[in-house]
Amino acid sequence: MPKSEAALTIRLPARIDWWQGAIMMSLIAILVAFILYPVLRVLWVSLSDEKGDLTLIHFVNFFRRPLFREAFVNTLLSGLLVVFFGSLMAVPLAYCSARYEFRGKILLQTLATLPLVIPPFVGAVALQLILGRSGMVNLLLMRYFDVSFPFMEGLSGVVLVQTLHYFPFIMLNTAVSLANIDPSLEEMAQNMGCHGWRLFRRITLPLMLPGFMAGSLLTFIRVIDDLGTPLMLNYKILLAPQAYLRITTVGIDDVDGYAICVVLVVFSLLSLYAARKYLSLADYATAHRGVVVLKPIRGIRRAFVLGFIGIVLGLSLLPHIGIFLLSFSKIWSFSVLPTSYTLDNYTEILFRAPHFVKNTLLYTLLAAGLDVLMGAAIAFLLLRSRLPGRNFLDAIATLPLAIPGVVLAVGYLRVFHGWDFPGAGGPLTSHWMILVIAYTMRRLPYTVRACYAALQQVHLSLEESAQNLGANRMKTFLKITLPLITGGVVAGGLIAFVTSCVELSATIMLVPKVEMGPISYGIYVYMQSALGRGAGAALGVVAILLVSAGTYLTHRVFGGRAGSAFRI
Amino acid sequence: MKNFAAVLSFLAVFFAATATSRAKEVVIVTSFPKELFETYKKAFEAKNPGIKVTINSKPTPAGVTYIRETRAKPEADIFWVSSPDAFQTLKTDGLLDKYQPPREITAKIPAKIGTFPIHDPDGTFFGFAVSGYGLMWNRNYLQAHRLQPPKEWTDLANAKYHGHLVISAPSRSGTTHITIEVILQAYGWDKGWALLLEAGGNMGAVTERSFGVPEAVISGQYGIGIVIDFFGLSAIASGHPVDFAYPSLTSIVPANVAIIKSAPNLENARAFVNYLLSEPGQMVLFSPEIGRLPVIPDLYAKGPKNYPNPFTMKLGGVEFNNRLSSGRRDVVNSLYDHIITFRHRELKDAWGAIYRAEEAITKGKGQDLSQARSLVAEARKLAAQVPINDKRASDKEVTGAFKAKSGLRAQLETEWERFATAHYAKARELANKASSLAR
Repeated sequence: MPKSEAALTIRLPARIDWWQGAIMMSLIAILVAFILYPVLRVLWVSLSDEKGDLTLIHFVNFFRRPLFREAFVNTLLSGLLVVFFGSLMAVPLAYCSARYEFRGKILLQTLATLPLVIPPFVGAVALQLILGRSGMVNLLLMRYFDVSFPFMEGLSGVVLVQTLHYFPFIMLNTAVSLANIDPSLEEMAQNMGCHGWRLFRRITLPLMLPGFMAGSLLTFIRVIDDLGTPLMLNYKILLAPQAYLRITTVGIDDVDGYAICVVLVVFSLLSLYAARKYLSLADYATAHRGVVVLKPIRGIRRAFVLGFIGIVLGLSLLPHIGIFLLSFSKIWSFSVLPTSYTLDNYTEILFRAPHFVKNTLLYTLLAAGLDVLMGAAIAFLLLRSRLPGRNFLDAIATLPLAIPGVVLAVGYLRVFHGWDFPGAGGPLTSHWMILVIAYTMRRLPYTVRACYAALQQVHLSLEESAQNLGANRMKTFLKITLPLITGGVVAGGLIAFVTSCVELSATIMLVPKVEMGPISYGIYVYMQSALGRGAGAALGVVAILLVSAGTYLTHRVFGGRAGSAFRI
Repeated sequence: MKNFAAVLSFLAVFFAATATSRAKEVVIVTSFPKELFETYKKAFEAKNPGIKVTINSKPTPAGVTYIRETRAKPEADIFWVSSPDAFQTLKTDGLLDKYQPPREITAKIPAKIGTFPIHDPDGTFFGFAVSGYGLMWNRNYLQAHRLQPPKEWTDLANAKYHGHLVISAPSRSGTTHITIEVILQAYGWDKGWALLLEAGGNMGAVTERSFGVPEAVISGQYGIGIVIDFFGLSAIASGHPVDFAYPSLTSIVPANVAIIKSAPNLENARAFVNYLLSEPGQMVLFSPEIGRLPVIPDLYAKGPKNYPNPFTMKLGGVEFNNRLSSGRRDVVNSLYDHIITFRHRELKDAWGAIYRAEEAITKGKGQDLSQARSLVAEARKLAAQVPINDKRASDKEVTGAFKAKSGLRAQLETEWERFATAHYAKARELANKASSLAR
């Protein structure tokens, strides 16, 4: 291709970096094979007619049907409401965590991520036991006040649960933005007599807006893609459950289901695009900054802050409490607390069927490791190379944020089944590596973002000086760049680990056999019977402990900036 | 680059290390709970040393999708779930293998239970246990709400159960679909749907998973659930305060097992089917945590006391027509979804309004009771009407529309949905008017 080469030499004064080119080509090949191609194979159904030609008729039909229009409106509405109520909880918490120093802060930072990672199914069951029709709260209310509240019913129930579940996205992102604000700007304003609400509204708010917007849009995407919550509350007039119900119903090849998937993907991509535009603006705005001094708080104010944190986290950790109780319960039926307790559930999952826990560790650690390597490589190419096609790479690496797990899983079955994968001794779909691959691809966007954020803060001049002093590029990367970005890289890996621990939607389609199943799958298997409820909950507790350990470590490694890994 | 090379070599080593030669095994796709498949796995492996049972547990719809998507080179040998529909679907797709188990095994199993053939007449799938559909309730819940347990399907339409019932959507649960069909075939299309709509209006929730129903009853979220018997029997065995009963009008249908076409371990698969149908295999079903009904009538003498015996039970004798049921399955399921599942709130509100109006009438202070009565009667009629007749529901054009990419299907679904929304709104309006007249 002499022509394009010529074009390249004109744009890049330096010679083309063949090493970088080779890495880039391999990465693109991997991502196309494991993300783009499988997804397109599935979504093509909705873009073709009976003869296999391209058509948009299915989308026209989509907007013709009142049910889908209603689902569409409800989906938008739930997204907006969750962002609104989530902000009411998240922004004060973010402010506390970014501006104040007080004992118990690490608790806030650790606990605040926990709502994000409640295992599906078991979270559903547990929250019903606490907030449901005959849950703990309503039984107490009925006993003492003879009233009950339908917390968990209809769209408002969905919004309540999702708000409790997703507000950390807004909180973490806002906290990062707040931490990045140059304090001298606020000091200047204060010197000129601007205080209190006015200071917040005129100075702080506009400066924290980018992070807040990023968090809100990410929350929005997660909410409109969320399947677990509406299903557990039996609310079905939303796009994600409509797509899921249609794709997974026996015996019907439902085009509408895939059409809804495409609508969801387009929606998510637009939000992602908007969020990134916003964030890139933000990075210029805070390019140079002073050191933030955290204000220590004591006495009444500390009590007030801790009280607020306590209420918000107490609410959002209700499902966790439910799981914990359920895991020790033998009988829990229409009563405030379990009526009899047992340790059997833990004996079951730790001794009789320990493979669920072992598999989870193996798969998620492997996936996190692969994510870190690929994330670092992609971030490096995005920031340090000028190769054409970077944006394409970036786009496919971000795509999984917008792809429902079911779609990716069906895509894998379609693409990788039926031929022996070299070295696997059979088709990839009967090997447990398929799960590792699915987790790696689904969580890649997180490590890419984490590595990108970390690398962005390493000044190019450091690397250039190393090279001037005679280090080759490999050595520069290993000795200079890598140590400087380790924190971010590890944090990204931990987040990939933590979120993979509770992945269910792709897992359930792809697990080749029970012995190869991870925890999330184990929970599903146990939860199929009355006897298994407790054991399923015990697995849920193990998952939560794993996740808490991971989150705690993330904060130790990454400090207050852990949120940037959850950015877009 | 080193990174990348490392990843590749790492992957290669991993695959090489974990790739093992195929052991002697039998791979089973099942939706059954862990207690059931674990018990059978152990029992079968003890009987057949050297054969390893590999379980691939998936919900029935995911299982069907999995078998379809892997048809080019199947990895599973056995498909083992409750819903006869799922087998019918796979059979139609030509994904099940024919098999004739040894005569000494089949001789003990009668050809039919009630009117339902236990095995597929074409020999592609075999009933290994039978199940009846019935009602399960939470004693504590009913006591707290001062309710009596229902006895018959028709009781579900009673106003006092408004908001206390739970069912899973038939499109999501093969077992519920059979229950729906039993009701439709027993009472006839129009009356059957009227009952389903009234009961639907009394539902507190329509769940997406079959197990969501026993789950909701066990935990006491709702009082009464429509379930397959083993959900009830195994929940009772687990010690929760629940009970289960068959209505007099029930249909007993088999839960099945089938060998998948081009199964990689055909001999082992056959051995497993034989074991499942043999006496020792059937005895396993009596274990309290499994709680299913064997297909060999003689075995019940050896079973636990007071165990329901479907072969001697006085069944209401629904002439269950399996061909009719599976022929219109997609239509019935979609119809249920579009007029009940997705419109559940409107339906529930409409019936709530009707019950309030009727209560107001019985208290009867208003001047114009007769007009109120006729309004309520009209509202009842509206909220219990089905938008399509049974001839049309079994029509080739209609059933065909649910199999292929077809505009007719979207058109029908839209029609039903509009019909339902309009009727429920009107019914509610009339009932509210009646209430104000009666007051």
